[in-house]
Amino acid sequence: MYFICQADALYLPNGLSNKMTDIAIRVDKISKLYKIGITPERYRTLRDTLAETASAPGRALQKRFKSSQPRNEEVSENIIWALKDVSFEVAKGQVLGVIGRNGAGKSTLLKILSRITEPTEGYAEVHGRVGSLLEVGTGFHPELTGRENIYMNGAILGMKRTEIDRKFDEMVAFSEVEKFIDTPVKRYSSGMYLRLAFAVAAHMEPEVLVVDEVLAVGDAEFQRKCMGKMNDVAQAGRTVLFVSHNMSAILRLTEETIVLEKGELVLRAPTPTAVDYYLSSGFSQMGERFWHPDEVPSEASPFSPLAIRVRDPQNRVVDTVRSTDPFHIEVEYRLDAPVNGLRLGIYLMTTRGEVVFTSFDTDDPQLYNQYRIRPAGHYTSRCMIYPDFLNEGRYVLGVNASSFRVRRYFQDEQALAFNIDATGAPGMHWLEARQGPLRPRLDWQIKEA
Amino acid sequence: MTDTAIITKPEEEVTLIKPARGWSSLNLIDLWRYRELIYFLIWRDVKVRYKQTALGVLWAIIQPVMTMIVFSFFFGKMAKVPTGGIPYPIFSYTGLLPWGLFTKALSDAGRSLIQNRSMITKVYFPRLVIPLASVLSGLVDFGISFLVLLGIMLYYNFAPNSGYHIYLSWRWLTLPLFILLAIVTSLGVGLWLSALNVIYRDVNYIIPFLTQFWLFVTPVAYSAQMFSEKWQFLISLNPMTGVVEGFRWALLGTDYGFGSWALLSVMISIIMMITGLYYFRRMERTFADEI
Repeated sequence: MYFICQADALYLPNGLSNKMTDIAIRVDKISKLYKIGITPERYRTLRDTLAETASAPGRALQKRFKSSQPRNEEVSENIIWALKDVSFEVAKGQVLGVIGRNGAGKSTLLKILSRITEPTEGYAEVHGRVGSLLEVGTGFHPELTGRENIYMNGAILGMKRTEIDRKFDEMVAFSEVEKFIDTPVKRYSSGMYLRLAFAVAAHMEPEVLVVDEVLAVGDAEFQRKCMGKMNDVAQAGRTVLFVSHNMSAILRLTEETIVLEKGELVLRAPTPTAVDYYLSSGFSQMGERFWHPDEVPSEASPFSPLAIRVRDPQNRVVDTVRSTDPFHIEVEYRLDAPVNGLRLGIYLMTTRGEVVFTSFDTDDPQLYNQYRIRPAGHYTSRCMIYPDFLNEGRYVLGVNASSFRVRRYFQDEQALAFNIDATGAPGMHWLEARQGPLRPRLDWQIKEA
Repeated sequence: MTDTAIITKPEEEVTLIKPARGWSSLNLIDLWRYRELIYFLIWRDVKVRYKQTALGVLWAIIQPVMTMIVFSFFFGKMAKVPTGGIPYPIFSYTGLLPWGLFTKALSDAGRSLIQNRSMITKVYFPRLVIPLASVLSGLVDFGISFLVLLGIMLYYNFAPNSGYHIYLSWRWLTLPLFILLAIVTSLGVGLWLSALNVIYRDVNYIIPFLTQFWLFVTPVAYSAQMFSEKWQFLISLNPMTGVVEGFRWALLGTDYGFGSWALLSVMISIIMMITGLYYFRRMERTFADEI
């Protein structure tokens, strides 16, 4: 059961009173405004300011003298509300997930709660010592040894030296780099570096932990280790705010999740409901998804995605296909300039976030050679999914457009969701759910020995 | 940063997060809580500075010594700048000591926030820690080049016909005060430059020019006593004048050459640091967004 939060509604878990002492994080109508142009990539120079002042001296002066007025004056200027009136509470000991598309305001929320940036409006309070983990290895210096970096990084994360002394051996053991602990980290492999960095972060012991997508890096072994540690933290009764794109991680670690959309909190619900809502939201039509030009970041140029669809054997756009039928997945896009070595790919994932397969339109060397340079134009890349391939259930399609080792133009990991219906699939005479995302019709033979 | 108040109750602390309006308090308590980070940043800076250099820590000495030699030739030998009977190398090197601390602070502190961008956008800590550590780490180089000064003094003391004897007086005991004044001055300028640099990268181009320009108007190669009364006011507006002349007053026994104007120079140092601190605190709210 869940409900859509109104701007000022607070969701309180059942049976929890609103007493101060039970709340670890209280966020009250937090908003954050960004002026476009003050992005990390672009910075102002004195000349810009002078030029602006020179071109509109009147306005610049006006601004100066009206500075006591609220910022609402600049409505029509290029501004973005990265967060708008977000309110929620987290109970002590609760692990709350935060999900949302890129640009939904997840990172901004974490940055505000960890005091890296301040809100434009609103109020928040955090009860207990806050530890934020938006990145592992912050402040690592390549010339310093592993040992030295542990102390440096620990201090940045707010640990006391005595605390680091005490946990030092444990951190080193966790990182598995004992032999190289006195080697400069510039000689480390990227795996060793990550393990060491995570080891320090994992041994912070704050009462409230705020974690961003730190698990998205590293190999499978590293991720397994991180997940295990995160699990321990969650079990230990610490309050955790956990942001991730990895739905299986969210499902494993959290029981409740909030969904952000374009800076607003749209849903707070038990995690499975929230994940399902998130994965199926934003699709303008079932079985089909169009990209609005606003949704496509400018870095994607000259690639611009138009639509992704699922078509049944009769070429109709559908959101449910039968497991026993072949069906097509097509991506429609436009190239505004010729692109070298473009590959357009799809990821097929379960709603738990596990990738079933990845495939690119130029996987075939012959097609790759033919489209070495793809001229500007309007394209559709289309593939057929074999019959008797996927198991019943809900699947998510992601899109990627890139030139290998050159550039990634566009990526949307949750572009479209669709269903597979298993009617007529192998083994349907047993009424049971089959495990695994695939349901192949295999050629079995039974011989009597 | 955020205008936060940390209320420590016996059992838990509460962090309040809300937009700050107007000028923020300096929040020195928070800075104190992070004193270990300052220490580690200084330590990192010192440790890394001369890694993978052939001459290593010698660089801390080479710079002031080479400058002293060049100055001694052009200003001491050719221009015969009056030094009040003190051998010119000692005279200029004493000025170069705080000057080195100051220029290092100017360039390092000015760039420090940009260089530590990844920390600023990923972790909370009082942002003052960064320029502060950057200025304080200059003290290590300062200490090393100070030993060289003692060496030069001893050499002249025992060299025949130099006519120089080490000035022994209680004034030596006031040296820490002048070192503190040098730090205050460096920090004042460093805070302004570092905060401005986040918004205007022009600062990167201004710093080398500023350093050069500032050296000419500071009595390092010459003495402030050379100036007539009416120029003394002007030269005292430079906070480094007070520092450099103070060092000579304490170590060489010169008159604090510009009389009551000394106080003006010291006042300007202090005002620069205090305004720098407040300006920095005001600007740091947007550091993570603008850097």
